[in-house]
Amino acid sequence: MSFLNNVITGVSLGSIYAIIALGYTMVYGIAKMLNFAHGDVIMVGAYVCFFAMNSAGLPPVVGVLLAIVVCTALGVVIERLAYKPLRAAPSLAVLITAIGVSYLLQNGAQILWGAATKTFTPIVSTDPDARLVLIPGQLSISYVAILSIVCCVVVMAALTLFTGQTKMGKAMRACSEDKGAAQLMGINVNSTISMTFAIGSALAAVAGVLMCSAYPILSPTTGSLPGIRAFTAAVFGGIGSIPGALLGGVLLGVIETFAKAYISTDLSDAVVFAVLIIVLLVRPAGLMGKYVPEKV
Amino acid sequence: MKKINKNSLNGFINYGIVIAAFVILQAAIGMGRLSNSLQSLLVPACCYIVMAVSLNLTVGILGELSLGHAGFMSLGAFSGIVASILLQDLVPMAPLRLALSMVVGAAAGALGGVIVGVPVLRLQGDYLAIVTLAFGQIIKNIIMVLYVGVDENGFHMAASSDHFNLSADGTAIIKGPMGAVGVTKLASFTAGFILILITLVVVQNLVNSRSGRAIMALRDNRIAAESVGINVTKYKLMAFVTSAALAGAAGTLFGLNYSSTVASKFDFNTSILVLVFVVLGGLGSIRGSIIAAALLYVLPELLRSFDIAEYRMLIYAIVLILVMLATNNEQFTALMGRVGGWFKAAGKRIAGWLKSLGRTESKGKGGTTNG
Repeated sequence: MSFLNNVITGVSLGSIYAIIALGYTMVYGIAKMLNFAHGDVIMVGAYVCFFAMNSAGLPPVVGVLLAIVVCTALGVVIERLAYKPLRAAPSLAVLITAIGVSYLLQNGAQILWGAATKTFTPIVSTDPDARLVLIPGQLSISYVAILSIVCCVVVMAALTLFTGQTKMGKAMRACSEDKGAAQLMGINVNSTISMTFAIGSALAAVAGVLMCSAYPILSPTTGSLPGIRAFTAAVFGGIGSIPGALLGGVLLGVIETFAKAYISTDLSDAVVFAVLIIVLLVRPAGLMGKYVPEKV
Repeated sequence: MKKINKNSLNGFINYGIVIAAFVILQAAIGMGRLSNSLQSLLVPACCYIVMAVSLNLTVGILGELSLGHAGFMSLGAFSGIVASILLQDLVPMAPLRLALSMVVGAAAGALGGVIVGVPVLRLQGDYLAIVTLAFGQIIKNIIMVLYVGVDENGFHMAASSDHFNLSADGTAIIKGPMGAVGVTKLASFTAGFILILITLVVVQNLVNSRSGRAIMALRDNRIAAESVGINVTKYKLMAFVTSAALAGAAGTLFGLNYSSTVASKFDFNTSILVLVFVVLGGLGSIRGSIIAAALLYVLPELLRSFDIAEYRMLIYAIVLILVMLATNNEQFTALMGRVGGWFKAAGKRIAGWLKSLGRTESKGKGGTTNG
């Protein structure tokens, strides 16, 4: 039964990674940039929700909505001010700028909200008793885990519908294929990229609240490590691919949980990254990524 | 006289800058003009300069993004520390022990470079970046659980404290999450200076050699370079391993500068810090890396002493973003070009004026000058 419990823990953790990885993968797919500040948007979302619930006394749902609104605005503003002027710049310049934004968010949060860690109030009950019991005494699922998995499935379904069916979604896919051609077809590339950042950041807010509900420690650097792991998940699944982000995220969560349970808690990171390297060596474009052969 | 070409002249200027900086700083120390806190920054600054120059070899000259350079530094630091303690009785002379430890550190870095490089250099672009990032995390993670010690039965190494059967009077060198403890500080500013010079000799000679041109050809157009018979893997590996070995030596110097070192010191943020030095100094510019690393390492530490200490990292972040925005802005670069043009024009005018002065003097002697 401990095996099944580990699977459940892994999948719920992986769902959170998958939601974060979606933000990375969509931005990469469309803007071809590694947005290292994404992890810190998660942290901002978690803080906003924390203050809405604890200082303003708002109900959790309002807190989450507020976090989504703030993060969406933040994502769009970051894109507009820091990344848009660098559209034509070499990718390394954009990467360094993203790192600068990441430092800015972390240190801004530290000055605004203090460096001390805060204990996040989970949005659903995390009492050891408040669990969905499948087999009494042996197999149970915490409500946070259920919420994470449900959120992930809903987000994934919504995004698949969005990119597949709506006009904006089609515009996004067109931009990620060929920006120049998309522009010639009358697609507003700038607003499409803004939209991508908005969606990615809104998802980051959701992921931030879910993550801090499951692991209730909040500090200005909360987002950086999950950010790196989710980025790994996105690469794992094939960066740029939405189903790949789901697959990569869930696999990463399961591998991490299994490594913690069966190998060593301290070595879990090493195991996760070693698996990543092996996967990339066999499939250089990730599990579901498209391999584009180079033309001479 | 043999004509000095532009590249080697550039190289000589770099040696000159480093030697001049060393002499000035030594003089300042001698006259007591350098505060203790600044003096303590000298050795780490040397390490970061070597790190930046070596990373520039990978990112600027080879053109591959590496996000795990601190991993090689970590390998060098811990293997160097172990070597320095093992050699304690064999080699009593401290500078020689330091040099030998640095050789061990460089070898460890190079070994890491080969292990990562052989499979990874097949990948391209952002995938290479993520694998080097992963490698840095793995190194950090493994050293965090590693126990190394030496006692009368010899050398002990274990992956957890349970299996670590060191006798009571043995010396533990690396103690898992606590890192390396009880290190004799061997590093000195002079050693750092010599390491920078060695790094410059290695990197500049490599860049200006046939191999260096092959590496740069790979960077500029891999397919074209391959089609004229350049061995991709060989030259990529050459640049990557050289870079890793130098980072290993820098790591040893860094590790032997403190009495204790933890593996988390060499994390993703350290790799990024060095990458920032390289990019702000200018990709492919050795001199840029040296200056950027020295200034950007010392500057945030200097800001500590002001009232704005709380805001220093915030300011650093904003400056970083603004510099990237400005250097990639056409209007700004055009403006800078024009300002540079004025300076050049002014310089030419002064030179012309000096020359005309010389002409009036030489006229008396009946010499000829040509403008």
